[in-house]
Amino acid sequence: MPGRDLPPGWSAWLRCGPMLQTGLVLLLAFVLLAIFAEQIAPYDPIAHNPNARLLPPSMAHPFGTDNFGRDVLSRVIWGTRIDLQIALIGVVLPFLIGTIIGTVAGFFGSWVDAVFMRAIDVVLAFPFLVLLLSIITILGPGLGSFYIAMALVGWVSYARLIRAQILVLRTQDFAVAAESLGFSRLRIMFRHLLPNALAGSLVFVMSDAVLVLLSGASISYLGLGVQPPAAEWGVMVAEAQAFISQAWWISFFPGLAIVLLAFGFSLTGDALADLLLVHE
Amino acid sequence: MRRYRFVLFRPLQLVPVLAGISIITFILVRMIPGDPARILLGTRATPTAIANIRARYGLDEPMWVQYLYFLKNLGAGEMGVSTLYKIDVLPLIATRIEPTLALVLAGVVLALVFAVPSAAISARRQGRASDHVVRILSTVAIGFPSFWLGVVLIILFGVNLGWLPVSGYGETVVDKLVHLVLPGLTIALPLTAVLTRSLRAAMIAGLQSDIATAARARGLPERLVFWRHVVPNALVPTVNLLAVNIGWLIGGTVVVENVFAVPGLGQLMTRGIFSRDYMVVQGVALAFACATVMINFLADIITVAMDPRVEL
Repeated sequence: MPGRDLPPGWSAWLRCGPMLQTGLVLLLAFVLLAIFAEQIAPYDPIAHNPNARLLPPSMAHPFGTDNFGRDVLSRVIWGTRIDLQIALIGVVLPFLIGTIIGTVAGFFGSWVDAVFMRAIDVVLAFPFLVLLLSIITILGPGLGSFYIAMALVGWVSYARLIRAQILVLRTQDFAVAAESLGFSRLRIMFRHLLPNALAGSLVFVMSDAVLVLLSGASISYLGLGVQPPAAEWGVMVAEAQAFISQAWWISFFPGLAIVLLAFGFSLTGDALADLLLVHE
Repeated sequence: MRRYRFVLFRPLQLVPVLAGISIITFILVRMIPGDPARILLGTRATPTAIANIRARYGLDEPMWVQYLYFLKNLGAGEMGVSTLYKIDVLPLIATRIEPTLALVLAGVVLALVFAVPSAAISARRQGRASDHVVRILSTVAIGFPSFWLGVVLIILFGVNLGWLPVSGYGETVVDKLVHLVLPGLTIALPLTAVLTRSLRAAMIAGLQSDIATAARARGLPERLVFWRHVVPNALVPTVNLLAVNIGWLIGGTVVVENVFAVPGLGQLMTRGIFSRDYMVVQGVALAFACATVMINFLADIITVAMDPRVEL
């Protein structure tokens, strides 16, 4: 058996397989970049430097500089903070709301379920990004509006997944047993049923993180999310588009960062699906 | 024909969804802070125009009556007037449908052209190097942000090679097709990744199915077993997958139209957001939602037509 002589944590790591390992390493790398952006980034992400405008990639500036002389590498590193936060908050809010609604709808059934199911049908009838944009139209541009819009729109996927699981689980012996012991509904729903229903949505969290990251960056690219001069990857591509004929590097590297972070989420999600959902 | 009976009944089931769509779009505009009459007319409206609009939309009535007015106007094809373009929203939307529809079609066609061969390579050489390459590429491509992919394609084919136009939408049919290549590719590449993953799984299942075994037993060469029996069956769930992803595709066109300055519905919507042209935003959101519902309905019909075993 590989890794028998290694410390216990390491043998578990070796059993993860290359897919999960690569995914987790990528995600960990971005988390470290976000936490230690100040220490790692070689230059100030916002300060202008008129003497270093539009410099191509070199030893001093590995990703080149932009039209204000800002170091693109430093801006990409600082951007990790914002974009990782977009993926995190944009997933956690819908996850919490959707989980609660899905549990309640699946457990109570009848008209409660019917009302929520119709609401989900209607939300799903709108293209995701179009509904986000419509809500941001009312609230005004900004990251806060994006999070509110995500909470209002994103919960439906989680509610559907959890509800389907709860419907199956609530007729099983352990649920009936909990009921006959006289446990409260809240306790049965959230202590007995929900933990058993979570596996599917934990896998979905990873692919949802990709979707949320792309949506947040797209909305910022369109000028309706994070506002310049903040170093956010979508904003950076938008600002760089005026200079694509002279300086490809300003728009190329921020997008590459999005692709890598999304790849980390996708790999982790695929590997978790193999691990957790293998029996289905 | 019994299998097609749902074509008559399904529209009835769609009524609650369409009602829900109209309620959401109505609420969206009424949630905007400020005097609704000024929101409908813009800030420089005359007092007579405001009095007119208050009567037509029932703005002095309770909210639910206002909703009925909204439905009545909608039924008459009145979706308000654009404060930016100074014309009715409905004809404005009508002129913008073609570029968006062409873009979605170009994206879907290109994605199928790429996805079927790559899924075939992957499924027939399962576990070998080419399979791994296709799987890794399709995992990476799902995370391509469409605005960045568009910019990269502009740099490659527009700026460096100078082969293709990088913005706008032509006049003649040929001109339009040439203008659609880069935006179409931008839509197609992430979609290719989604389709490849699903087609590969369906093809692998198909290669092990009884249909394939029976075809092999009749002495058909493996190539024909694959292309005549496995591929057509694998394409049936793909139609459904395309329909499920239509909302995501439309979101993609909104972004891509802004990257390439394509004068479609998505560009109309984002410009409307910036210029506080709320009736236009409402109209486009409504049009997109109805299109999504209709396309899902169409996909059901196509699935029934493609597979005689399906009953809805």
